[in-house]
Amino acid sequence: MLKQAWKSSQKRSSKTMSKSGISSPRTPYLLLLPGMGFLFTFFIWPIANLAQTSTQTPVAGGDTGSYEQTLRWKNYIDAFVENKEQFGRSFLYAALATIFALTIAYPLAYAIAFKAGKMKNVLLVLVVAPFFTSFLLRTIAWKQILGEQGFVVPFLRNLHIIAPSTTLTSSAFAVVAGMTYNFLPFMTLPLYASIDRIDPRTLEASGDLYANGFTTFRKVTLPLSMPGVVAGTLLTFIPAAGDYVNAAILGSPETKMIGNVIESRFFKIVDYPTAAALSFTLMATILILVTVYIRKAGTEELV
Amino acid sequence: MRKVSRWFQRNLIRIYAVVAFTYLLIPVAYTIAFSFNNGGKSNLIWKGFTLDNWMNPCGAPEVCTALGNSIKIGFLATLFSTILGTMIAFAIGRHKFRGRSTTNLLIFLPMATPEIVLGASLLSLFLTLKINPGFWPTVIAHVMFCISFVVVTVKARIASLDPRLEQAAMDLYANEVETFRRVTLPLVAPGIAGAALLAFSLSFDDFIITNFNSGTMTTFPKFVYVSAARGIPPQANVIGSSMFIIALVIVILGQVVGRKRAVK
Repeated sequence: MLKQAWKSSQKRSSKTMSKSGISSPRTPYLLLLPGMGFLFTFFIWPIANLAQTSTQTPVAGGDTGSYEQTLRWKNYIDAFVENKEQFGRSFLYAALATIFALTIAYPLAYAIAFKAGKMKNVLLVLVVAPFFTSFLLRTIAWKQILGEQGFVVPFLRNLHIIAPSTTLTSSAFAVVAGMTYNFLPFMTLPLYASIDRIDPRTLEASGDLYANGFTTFRKVTLPLSMPGVVAGTLLTFIPAAGDYVNAAILGSPETKMIGNVIESRFFKIVDYPTAAALSFTLMATILILVTVYIRKAGTEELV
Repeated sequence: MRKVSRWFQRNLIRIYAVVAFTYLLIPVAYTIAFSFNNGGKSNLIWKGFTLDNWMNPCGAPEVCTALGNSIKIGFLATLFSTILGTMIAFAIGRHKFRGRSTTNLLIFLPMATPEIVLGASLLSLFLTLKINPGFWPTVIAHVMFCISFVVVTVKARIASLDPRLEQAAMDLYANEVETFRRVTLPLVAPGIAGAALLAFSLSFDDFIITNFNSGTMTTFPKFVYVSAARGIPPQANVIGSSMFIIALVIVILGQVVGRKRAVK
């Protein structure tokens, strides 16, 4: 008995010696434990808690903001029916902003990857640079540039491009433009990363095989840059769909998005169940869209 | 005429790039320009050049308290998320283990969740636990959303390492600890530095999640958002412009150092 125990402890110590501890089968789990524990506590648990909040109802005769669990699933239907307009608007604006950002960012990323030469790194820094001025300051700067006291509106009015009564801010146009602008770096960087990886010889080969510029783009460049397109559209669409800052600064009551509703339910009306139901519906819708999109686009290696 | 149109065609994409960069940088230029505006408290219309705002960046009430909070939160969030995220990145990038795809999914999910859902869910947890929103809840929230970005950045760097370098170190009788310390870690370090920079800028600039979890504490983005209604004091522009310049200097220094190393 004792002998056996001694033998097995010998075995164990020789094992750890030879592997010197660092790559024992337990190592990855030890490395994961703190971070994953953190994410479980402060990401998974809150989401579960949110799900639980979403079916609560006000305590009869209780204070405002006190709720009890009654498993009222109808909260979801009520919340959705009441705010379906804002839901539709969120996904529409987010989709438009994603399309515009892709249209602007693709040629830009292409230019940086293939035409910039020595300037490449400088240009990349310039893409990221606006990040570092607070995005709120930049959004407010747009508001002032496009506002009544800015120089754009009088200029366009003098040229009769817009009518004297037309304004550029407080409109759907301004909200979508603001989102396009704010998420442009998120679109450009992954696009650049995947276009930069394309071997220019594949493009030459395509030309040698008598493909014209457009065919080369459609058959070679675009498919090879697909991972970047997928990553960029996701990084733009997801935050855009949940955004409420652009709508709050550049929009009007008619351009309210679902984020604005969730925010005001939480803070102004203290209606936690509805806010939770709306958040959950938003998250689920986005996850479904993302899954379908990734399947369709056929790239699995996202993370 | 033909020459002109041909030049135009050949340089179309360059011209396009110049236009796109102008679009990207206009609000930055505007912010910097208006940091020199003698516009008083609201800073809406150009009233003349002054250096007063730069001489007195804390001149507006609350602005430096807010900035201080943002910097403190940014440092703490960067520190914790970089440590936790780098550990996860090494686990995923260097080891095969059961539950790897689940781990990947758990890293991907926070990035696929809109900020408002992250912020609202954390706040509802804090409320359930009777924890008051404020400084530490905000730090926790920031660490949470920064971890995934750190993991992705560091993992990419680990994946791009040539495994033969580590094998060579082992062949030269370095044990695993030495190999890790003297070969792997220095090679991954730029990725970790990049991830830390990313985490800091994400944390510093975050508004939505912060707004949910910070209670009455102000941060710089919160200060800007709240004062937007009555006009932002030029001091906010001074701080925004300084951040821009500091970040630019850090990035350029990083590039220069990286190039020197590469030459060596």
